[in-house]
Amino acid sequence: MSHHIVEAMDLHYTYPDKTAALAGVSFRISHGESVALVGENGAGKSTLLLHLNGYLRATSGKVRIGDCLLTPQNLSIVRRSVGMVFQNPDDQLFMPTVFDDVAFGPLNLGLPKEEVERKVVVALETVGMAHLAKRPPYKLSQGEKRSVAIATVLAMSPDILVMDEPTSSLDPRSRRRLIELLKTFRHTKIIATHDLDMAMDLCERAIVLHRGKVTADGPTAELFQDEGLLSRSCLEKPLRMQHCAKTGS
Amino acid sequence: MDTLACADSPVHRLDPRAKLIATFVFIVTVVSFDRYAISGLLPFFIFPVVMISVAGLPARYILRKVLLISPFAILIAICNPFLDRSILFHVGGINISGGWVSFISILLRFFLTVTAALVLVASTGFNAVCLALSKLGLPKPFVMQLLFLYRYIFVLLEETERLVRARALRSFSGTAMKLTTFTSLISHLLLRTLDRAQRIYLAMCCRGFDGNVRLIRSMKKGRSEIIFVAGWSVLFIILRYWNIPLHVGALITRRSL
Repeated sequence: MSHHIVEAMDLHYTYPDKTAALAGVSFRISHGESVALVGENGAGKSTLLLHLNGYLRATSGKVRIGDCLLTPQNLSIVRRSVGMVFQNPDDQLFMPTVFDDVAFGPLNLGLPKEEVERKVVVALETVGMAHLAKRPPYKLSQGEKRSVAIATVLAMSPDILVMDEPTSSLDPRSRRRLIELLKTFRHTKIIATHDLDMAMDLCERAIVLHRGKVTADGPTAELFQDEGLLSRSCLEKPLRMQHCAKTGS
Repeated sequence: MDTLACADSPVHRLDPRAKLIATFVFIVTVVSFDRYAISGLLPFFIFPVVMISVAGLPARYILRKVLLISPFAILIAICNPFLDRSILFHVGGINISGGWVSFISILLRFFLTVTAALVLVASTGFNAVCLALSKLGLPKPFVMQLLFLYRYIFVLLEETERLVRARALRSFSGTAMKLTTFTSLISHLLLRTLDRAQRIYLAMCCRGFDGNVRLIRSMKKGRSEIIFVAGWSVLFIILRYWNIPLHVGALITRRSL
């Protein structure tokens, strides 16, 4: 199944205010892979993610989703297959009730009403939030909002899940629950995060970004052992590894 | 309000459009009285009273909300007693000017219309009211504006509260906010809101937004809706043209005489 492939080819992007956010990013993520995108604040993670659904257009370079190159003409097709979960769920949940919010995407796809209702129920059940369907989004807790935000994307049945800081501002239990939930997904996953422990739990592969460039790309466990690389990229070892190192010495 | 709208009662079960139309007719008839009308307005209290009791809404809560907005109405009406000094009638030697009568009339109208509107929202829910508006032909952009307003007003308030708190914690004199601080606070809020709007739009685009917001809601036009709208409308029109308190009063005084 080649349509779950995400490929970036020498992406460059400069913001209108002349800040260079991406300076030649290339990678290829194949079907079913789960990849962590790590890097310090301002390394270009979010900018890169916004290229994957065509919101930003690279100054130079190309993005390929599945078989097709991303162009303004096939944006809607690409956006259907790339599900994007934003960092702040308040930005993503804009409809009057949770149900309406999850139904928003499928309705825009033009699916019949019964099909939409079925999809909404399935998506909400997957994230364990079916009981909240009638509630307005602003009344939910952070953890609930995050889960519902994921459901809104799942209801579109995307092939690829792109997430920006999914565990930020969650309490430890909600975070754990989210990780367990994400583990059950079979989608190709791209997760931008600072939470390196979560990256270890979820992603077999990691891409390290630093100042708009890929400084490393490889198995997560290996990369996170490399203290030199991490400190060059303004990162620290995951907490669990720090502990190991201490007891080891 | 939204929690109240989730309850179940004969009023809650009615189609939002029926309640909207009945409330609209109510407001129009109440407003259409002439400016010295008082007695004619009194029977109209039957609508909010019946709606509140059948819907099982907490009357006190609604009253408190109405009182909360009442300063606006008082502010508008307060000029009348000073501007309109023509004497209309005497009560026990005190001259009552037309200004005071219209003052009371305005307050009564305010009380009736606002209570009716609050009852509508409390028994239907703001979103359902918006939806009813769109089904009744209000242009979609307006409906969307209302829906977004209602969705993000809470987020905006929270953000404002955070900004105000942040300022309060770092200003020690306890004096009021300086104008310069205030302007920068407000402009920050505006910038943040613009940013947020951009992010929301992006989120909408990501899920296939094409300019139309679609909602799944089943609306029904049953017998109870028709009876509800027709019954209330007829009653309002009768009350509008027949001053019942006056007739009843005349009846009683004639008998007692």
